[in-house]
Amino acid sequence: MLTTRWQPLGTVWPEMNRLQEEMEQRLRRAGMNDPRRSAQSVYPPLNLWEDDNNLYVEAELPELELSDLEIFVDGDNQLSIKGERKQPERENGMWHLQERGHGSFSRAGELPQYVDSDTVTAEFKHGVLTITLPKRKEAKSRRIEVKAG
Amino acid sequence: MSTTLTPEETHNDVAPVERTLGGTTYSPRFDIWENDDEMILYGDLPGVMPEDLDVRFENPVLTIHGKVNPRHNDIKFLHGEYGIGDFHRTFTIGEAIDTERISAELKNGVVTVHLPKSEKVKPRRIEVTCC
Repeated sequence: MLTTRWQPLGTVWPEMNRLQEEMEQRLRRAGMNDPRRSAQSVYPPLNLWEDDNNLYVEAELPELELSDLEIFVDGDNQLSIKGERKQPERENGMWHLQERGHGSFSRAGELPQYVDSDTVTAEFKHGVLTITLPKRKEAKSRRIEVKAG
Repeated sequence: MSTTLTPEETHNDVAPVERTLGGTTYSPRFDIWENDDEMILYGDLPGVMPEDLDVRFENPVLTIHGKVNPRHNDIKFLHGEYGIGDFHRTFTIGEAIDTERISAELKNGVVTVHLPKSEKVKPRRIEVTCC
């Protein structure tokens, strides 16, 4: 079902749902040219890094809380993040500026390594989501002894 | 309602990123709402902690600066789609504001700034009395 692979900067996560696209269009119409996302057509942008034991995926999702998100790891290497950002409801007034964008979003893709999906944890702090994905034992890097020969 | 509210940066002419000694500074995205009583600004400042947020109003300019502490040192990025740095933005408020009652709160990476209008400029319904 999900066939995206992580790729070097730029061309990742081609899947995009319609709402997401609309949201991006709205953002563009609002005159946004934030260089942090000008090359992006997907939301949320993600950073991915690793250490010896874990992969880490981070996203900036201001206003949201963990309960607003659905995070799945399928097949130990397919990560998906879904959620919806609602606009604060206001009555008897008007919006002068709307740059932030609201609506549903979802991203899914293949992790560069297999992880232990049972022990994945997520943390939300000050609008920054960090997902910690422990690498499967067999995927951890191992130093290979090279025998002289 | 005739507020003139001018973001200092214009999106077309000025790149919202500036490089400073401390790193890259980003222009945060904002929504602005106005009703008869106040203007409310909502700004996305992910990663900013309350003690690192500076909101000041020096009539008529509202300045918002959020310091973002580096979250990653010496890590090996496998993939990167956004940069991390401080947030800075200014707005010129074309409305008389009751500066004593300005308030701001930061929650989940969103700052909400309330700019209550000065009593003088609030629309008032005039009682019409008869003869």
